[in-house]
Amino acid sequence: MSRKPPVLPILLGVLAMVAVIVASFKFLTTFDDKMAFKSPVRSEASVEAAETPRSQALRESSELAAAKELEKPYEEAEYRAVPRIGSRVAIWIVAQLHLLFAAFVLAVPIFALIIEFIGYRTGDERYDKLAYEFTKLLSASFSFTATLGAGLTFMLIILYPKFTNYLMSVFSPTFLPYVLLFFAEAGFLYSYYYGWGKFSPRVHLFLGLMLNVVGTALMFIANAWLTFMSTPAGIAESGALISTWDAITNYTWMPINIHRIIANVAFGGSIAAAYAAFQFLQAKTDEERAHYDWMGYMGNFVAICGLLPLPFAGYWLASEIYAFSQTMGLTMMGGAFSWLFIIQAILIGNLFLFANWYLWLGMGRIKGAERYRSFIWPMLVVITICFAIWATPRSILSTTEEVQAMGGSSHPMLGYLGVMSAKNTAVNILILTTFLSFVLYRRSGKIPTVSWAKQANFVQFLIFAGAATTVIGYGIAGYFVDAKTRIGFSVPQVGSVLAALVLVTLIDVFLLRNAETAETNWGKIRPISQYLLIMLAVTFTWLMGLMGYVRAGLRQHWHVFGVIRDTSVDAFTPSLGFATKVVSFTVLVFFLLIGFIFYLTGLTNKKSYQAIKDLTPRDVPGEPQVTPGLSAASSGATAMNAASGMPAGASGYSAAGHDSNPTLKT
Amino acid sequence: MNWWVLIAFVAAMLVLRWRRVGILTWVAAWLVGLYLVLNYVFVVPVPVSVIKIYMGIVSLSLFAFVLTDSQRMTEFWQPIQAFVVEPRYRPLLALVALAIPALVAFRIYADMTATPQAPFFARTVHPAPPDSIIVHDSELALGTADNPYRDLETSNPEEFKERLEKGRAVYYLNCFYCHGDLMAGAGMYAHALNPIPTNFQDPGTIAMLREAFLYWRIAKGAPGMPEEGGPWQSAMPAWESFLTEEEMWNVILFLYDFTGYQPRAVELH
Repeated sequence: MSRKPPVLPILLGVLAMVAVIVASFKFLTTFDDKMAFKSPVRSEASVEAAETPRSQALRESSELAAAKELEKPYEEAEYRAVPRIGSRVAIWIVAQLHLLFAAFVLAVPIFALIIEFIGYRTGDERYDKLAYEFTKLLSASFSFTATLGAGLTFMLIILYPKFTNYLMSVFSPTFLPYVLLFFAEAGFLYSYYYGWGKFSPRVHLFLGLMLNVVGTALMFIANAWLTFMSTPAGIAESGALISTWDAITNYTWMPINIHRIIANVAFGGSIAAAYAAFQFLQAKTDEERAHYDWMGYMGNFVAICGLLPLPFAGYWLASEIYAFSQTMGLTMMGGAFSWLFIIQAILIGNLFLFANWYLWLGMGRIKGAERYRSFIWPMLVVITICFAIWATPRSILSTTEEVQAMGGSSHPMLGYLGVMSAKNTAVNILILTTFLSFVLYRRSGKIPTVSWAKQANFVQFLIFAGAATTVIGYGIAGYFVDAKTRIGFSVPQVGSVLAALVLVTLIDVFLLRNAETAETNWGKIRPISQYLLIMLAVTFTWLMGLMGYVRAGLRQHWHVFGVIRDTSVDAFTPSLGFATKVVSFTVLVFFLLIGFIFYLTGLTNKKSYQAIKDLTPRDVPGEPQVTPGLSAASSGATAMNAASGMPAGASGYSAAGHDSNPTLKT
Repeated sequence: MNWWVLIAFVAAMLVLRWRRVGILTWVAAWLVGLYLVLNYVFVVPVPVSVIKIYMGIVSLSLFAFVLTDSQRMTEFWQPIQAFVVEPRYRPLLALVALAIPALVAFRIYADMTATPQAPFFARTVHPAPPDSIIVHDSELALGTADNPYRDLETSNPEEFKERLEKGRAVYYLNCFYCHGDLMAGAGMYAHALNPIPTNFQDPGTIAMLREAFLYWRIAKGAPGMPEEGGPWQSAMPAWESFLTEEEMWNVILFLYDFTGYQPRAVELH
């Protein structure tokens, strides 16, 4: 029973408080007046009447200052400072946070649409629900992205007004389309999310497609602005605009577009997998664990699909930077920024190791995967060796004594592992090995029924062996040819790996058609696997932050490389230690924000306040009602529905005729 | 390389494998063995920073190896658990408990008594060149410049040969004292220099650079090097004070001809 609040005492209390404040104020002003200086010579009246020379001078000087203020000409500020941290760090943090959220918001619709399409084609509702679960993360993320984008724009205008004005003059025709596209993006995103199950599947898929098209167009426009700053085109030496189109299609525009699309998919997949891991670790029931285990697996699968071609896109981007300016290329790979590439190598090596490790742990939930366990340690050895080669610096961080012993900053033997031939070979073999891990994972629990299975296996082995031989062969040959030929060798190396990826997948598709499939116990995976998914997401984010800094920092003391010089107090390249601290701080803030989004998204799965109130004590949440004998596998689509927070029948797809066995298949 | 250390490591690992030792011993043997290999197999010692990177990678991989298999993980933890819990290991446990602070104390002692070293400086071996340089009153855009005599290699082989000979003369009159007669950075004065002169035979040096970069380094020497290259750590003279532009281009032709490398070409969009 609720009690009425005591109104009268509260009112009296408020009145007493106001009275005390007024009395205190009156007392203080009176006291201050009595203590004020009184001239012993003149009376107050005479002071007012006869102005002293000093007070006259003071009055005149203040009048003069006021008059000068009125005549002050308008001057446009070139820079404005942020106290303590400076403008550059402030812009850096906000821009990076905006880009991280934008990458996520652009990536999720890509794979959500693909997964939804798979669900539509196969009629399998689980895919539709999974796509919905991914899309749920978008709503809050989009708002965060927009807010951070607005913040970035305001900060650019406030802190770098002159430079921002210049960029606006070059790219003025792009701003209106950008705003319109952004508006369209909001429309498509919210209708895609809120319209789930409300439209016909085809209309809904169309909305998803348009969301992706518009999002990609937005990114392409924004990429033009930032790539122009590094590799300007379409302007005269003075900076005067010649052609906006040339300014857009500058050297690094298309490489960045491609690199970002792929990297966004990898990043978005890893964040979505981290969300699933976050939910898995909090799950109370086997059904929830099964659902989030599958979601984490799919997220990681998407991330690996993005990760595998990413180094190739990175090479293209780097070669375009080198082609634009030798100075910039050398600054990146051999100069001040080259040390960051050692950190990059370690982070990417970690990504590959964690991704493989997760797949190996995942084999534990598949019956019949035991036969592939003996492959794990050789693959681990290969990954370790490639990782070590990739992380070997050409110029080594060394003490004076070590430099003296080596006769320079390069080790006479290990130095050979620091050059391009070794690095290219290592990364290609890493990619091949990761792909092999995935192939074995996919094979776990499946027995092909086609008559040509043995021959197909042998051909697949030959393809792997051929690709590995090509990569290693060209890698060794690279030591004996000139630089141009050596760079050219990366084409057959990459080509053989890509060919192996495509051919082996094609054979697998036909080989495993109608294969005998063993049960996959989703949810029955060791918790360490979920921490690996979170580690993958953190590593991806950190890597994006670091590489983003390299891309922008390469301009050094230029706003627009070679054209508009940075004349602010921040016109110097910060130390690598400082840069990594800023990036790490940004990553931390990003995960705090994305953690909040995970929490918000998780709320949609929770029961309403009223429903909790109406529960009997026996049904209190946190006390899972697991029916004895009901396994994770036997709860089925109902569990998926409950876990995804999707209303029953919301998908709009017919599940008739499809596998209603609740056990999920790989 | 000290092959004996490597052979001893391989033999020890084979013996451990043959004795089918527990997973904990196996992991420990790998870590200790690799540490010894990295420290004692190479004649020229491997810098500590690289050893740390390698040991970190190997530790992570061994961690993955143990944790991927639940049986392996149980085998790994069992001896550690037994060591901590079982009464018969208490004296040893006490020793370990004492050894940990003792090791920390020793480390502090070692750090405090270590020979002072010059502050660390991450010198960039191939620093980024400026956009352009002025040599003998003429400006050269380093981003687009190429050796003006490189075309002679195909258009006029005779003249190219003559230029190579001129370049050879320049090299042996001026450069070989430090860079050596085989261009391996082992000239007669090299041992007095720290760091030693560049080894042009190394595929990581002139083979990956454009000729304009070499021209910049020869003309401006250490004094013209940017801060990140540690100009005070190089004894390279600014050869523009002693050589003509033509002589510098000729010697660059000779460097590539002698080593058999081709210069990196200027890339066009």
